[in-house]
Parts: sequence; structure tokens; C-alpha cells
Amino acid sequence: MLRNSDSGFGSATIVLHWTIAVLILGLTLLGFIMRRTEIDPALQFSLYQWHKSFGFTALGLAILRTAWWFIERSPAPVAGLGPLEHIAARMAHSVLILLALVVPLAGWAVVSASTLNIPSFYFNAIVIPHLPLAQSETSEAFWTFAHALLAYLTLGLVVLHAAAALYHHSIRRDEVLVRMLRPSFGLRRSRTLDAHENDDTAVERK
Amino acid sequence: MMIPRGQTIRAIVSFALLAFSAAPATGARAPALADAAGNYRIASSSVIHFSIAQVGGGGGIAGNFAKFSGGFRLDRDNIGRSSVEFTLYPESVRSSERRIENFLRSSAVFDTANYKTVTFRSTSVTQTGPDTATVEGTLTARGKARKERFAVTLTDWNRRSISFTIRGSIRRSPYGIDVGTPIYSNVVEFDMNIRGLRR
Ligand code: HEM
Ligand code: HEM
Repeated sequence: MLRNSDSGFGSATIVLHWTIAVLILGLTLLGFIMRRTEIDPALQFSLYQWHKSFGFTALGLAILRTAWWFIERSPAPVAGLGPLEHIAARMAHSVLILLALVVPLAGWAVVSASTLNIPSFYFNAIVIPHLPLAQSETSEAFWTFAHALLAYLTLGLVVLHAAAALYHHSIRRDEVLVRMLRPSFGLRRSRTLDAHENDDTAVERK
Repeated sequence: MMIPRGQTIRAIVSFALLAFSAAPATGARAPALADAAGNYRIASSSVIHFSIAQVGGGGGIAGNFAKFSGGFRLDRDNIGRSSVEFTLYPESVRSSERRIENFLRSSAVFDTANYKTVTFRSTSVTQTGPDTATVEGTLTARGKARKERFAVTLTDWNRRSISFTIRGSIRRSPYGIDVGTPIYSNVVEFDMNIRGLRR
């Protein structure tokens, strides 16, 4: 259902995970295009504003996600996962949770420290105030660098994280990816457990 | 850029009529339109200032143009037959920082690579008070010509020169310059101090 269970993720975790994933990947691509490619300056201005609005959305969801992560129990590791794998995954997930907060905060700092002083007009509806940072060229340059570095670092980690998920799905053929796609309902949970008890098929495939 | 409203200004304003009033001068010190009439060249000491408000208040964008040229003629008999023509070179825009100037020059705003000038040519002048008038004319920017209106106030006058403040609120979207709206207002406020030197 909404909540996680012992064996799988609830729909709240799943929806947050994939919405944030799409936002982060989209914002990285958008950030790269708007900053690093030759585009029409009027279009560039709009893309910056879209980037900020979607970026704030990502920040809001990441805050929810973090709160949820602390409140909600984590499902037990998928059967067949070694303890080292489990620790590595756990660490990667903690860092991803943290980066999903820090990257947009650094973006907000760029906008706040910039001497251009361009307001953040969230989807042309509400003005989001600047963070209380002194506006100067050096401060802006620092936060621009930090935001970019952290964003591309996040991208790198996400690539590893996604590759691990695909590896589990295609090579190890375990539940890791599937349980982040399908919410675990009480009913399905027992079925999943059945599948695990009936290990013959898995053995056959190997 | 604003003219301080001080004593000096009040003193000048009392002259004001002076230049614009069609009534004959009564005192020796009162310059009449007949005296102010003539051809003037716009002095480079004039200031062409503009500002654009931003959402939520705060600075917005402001700047001025360093390079411009033009002249005007005050008609001896009828202020309404006076005329003005003005050219400014947006390449010379000055603002708080280089990034803003370059953005204003770019294809997003003035597109100076393709349009070197912004011009204004008056079509009518209407006196609205002893020292005020409205000037209507054709403003051409980025190849688009539109009718615009400016409010003129006489601020200073002597034998060789005459000064006005000229204010106008120009909507920029009709010229194809809607970039940045609604964060930045569609309305550009022009606040100019124009000094004319008698030719
Ligand atoms: C998870 C959310 C975000 C991600 C993944 C992200 C990603 C990126 C990336 C990849 C760049 C290009 C960096 C470069 O190549 O130099 C960038 C630039 C930028 N981002 Fe973000 N961003 C996010 C959130 C935000 C937020 C919330 C804001 C502001 C409110 C923001 C403001 C900016 C600005 C202003 C730039 C351009 C910096 C410059 O041109 O100097 N970003 N972002
Ligand atoms: C785009 C490709 C992505 C794929 C294929 C993917 C896949 C997965 C999968 C399969 C899991 C479940 C692991 C398990 O069963 O324990 C998971 C968990 C997680 N993912 Fe992703 N993910 C992606 C992107 C992201 C992004 C961009 C973030 C960024 C913040 C992220 C953060 C997390 C976190 C924090 C968890 C742990 C969930 C928890 O334990 O509550 N993922 N991901």
C-alpha cells in the first residue's frame, strides 16, 4: 500500500523515488544544455527559469523523501544479497538522499548570491525569496562551481546505482528492481515469498 | 538621474511657461516662446535613463544609453508645430554589469547585430500646461514602428540652451522584446534629461 512492508516498498516510496529520479535526470540534462551549449539567449533565459522552478520542485520532494526515509522502515534486503552488497547499497542510498537535498540547495545559493539578483518566480506564480547570502562575484562563482560539481557527481552515482539495479534485474535476476517498480501489497507479498521458497526455477536458470 | 525637487527647480519652473506660453512676454526676465523658438541639437550631456521593474520589488534592471543624436525645433508661432527627431544606438547601453549589457545587445533584446539604431520621430506636440507638453511620434525598434507618447517638462532655459525631462512608459512586447516577462515588467520606464543646444 502506501507504507513499506518488510519485504517491499509501498507506493509512497516508489512514487517519490521515480518522480525525483526523473526530475534529477531531467534537471541535469537541462542544466547542461542551458549552460554549456550555444542557444538563443532568450530561450536560455527561459530555460534557466524552468530549471529553477523544477529544481525547487525537486528540493521540496527531496525534503519529503528524506523525512519519509527517516520515519519509514526499510524493507529487508532482497534474498541472496551478501552483507557487503547490502552495506554498499545502503551507503549509496544515503548519499543519494543527501545529494538530492544538497544539489538544489546549492542551486538556490547560486541564484541568491548572484549579482544579477534575478528573482525566482516559481512557475510564474509565487516569488521564492533568496537565501540570506551576500551577493558578490566570488560567492556566485563558488556556488556555481559547487552546484555543477555536486550535480555531475550525483549523475555519476546515479549511473552506478541504476547500473547496479539493472545488473540485479538482468544478470542476478532477483527482486531488486521489481520491488522498486511494484508496490508491495499484502497479497503480492505472500506471492513473492512463495516465489522465493520455490527456488528450483532460479537454480535451473543458473 | 532624477531631478531633485528643490528650490532651484521651483525657480526654474516659474520660468517655465515662459518658453511654452504662446502669450507675449510681459516682463524683461520672462523668456517667451518667441525667444525660445529655434533649432536645437541634442547635447551629448543629455541622459537617457531607463528602468524595468521586477516581480516582488527590488532593483529590477536599469541603465542608460551613452550614444545618441538628434535635434528638435520649437516653432515660433505655434508650439504644436514643433518637432523632434532622435536616434539612439543600443550598442552603447550601460547597465550595472557587463552580462546585462551583453544580454541587452543580444538577439533577445535590441539585436544590435541586425538593428543598429532605435529612432523616434514626432508626429504631434500638444501643450498640456504652462511648462509641460505631450509629444507623440513613431518609435522604431527592431524594425517595428509604433506610435508612442512621452511627457515633456521644461526644466531650464537660457539663450543658448534649453532642457527638458522626458518621461514615457513603453510596452516592449509589441517590438518583439518580451524576454523575461513576467519576472521583469513588460513596461520600460524612460526617464530622460534632454538638453538642446541652439544651432
Ligand atoms: C536536483 C536539482 C538540480 C539539479 C540536478 C541541477 C543540475 C544542474 C546542472 C547539471 C547545471 C549545469 C552545471 C554546469 O554545467 O555548469 C545546473 C546549473 C544551474 N542550476 Fe541547477 N540543478 C538543480 C536544482 C537547481 C535549483 C533548485 C536552482 C535554483 C533555484 C538551480 C539553479 C541553477 C543555476 C542558476 C545554474 C546555472 C549556473 C550558471 O550558469 O552560472 N538548480 N544545474
Ligand atoms: C534512473 C534510474 C534509477 C534506477 C533504475 C533506480 C533504481 C532503484 C532501485 C531498483 C532501488 C531499490 C533498491 C532496493 O531494492 O533496495 C532504488 C532505491 C533507491 N534509489 Fe534509485 N534508481 C534510479 C535513480 C535514482 C535517483 C536519481 C536517486 C536520487 C536521489 C535514487 C535514489 C534511491 C534511493 C535513496 C533508494 C533507496 C530507497 C530506500 O531504501 O528507501 N535513485 N533505486
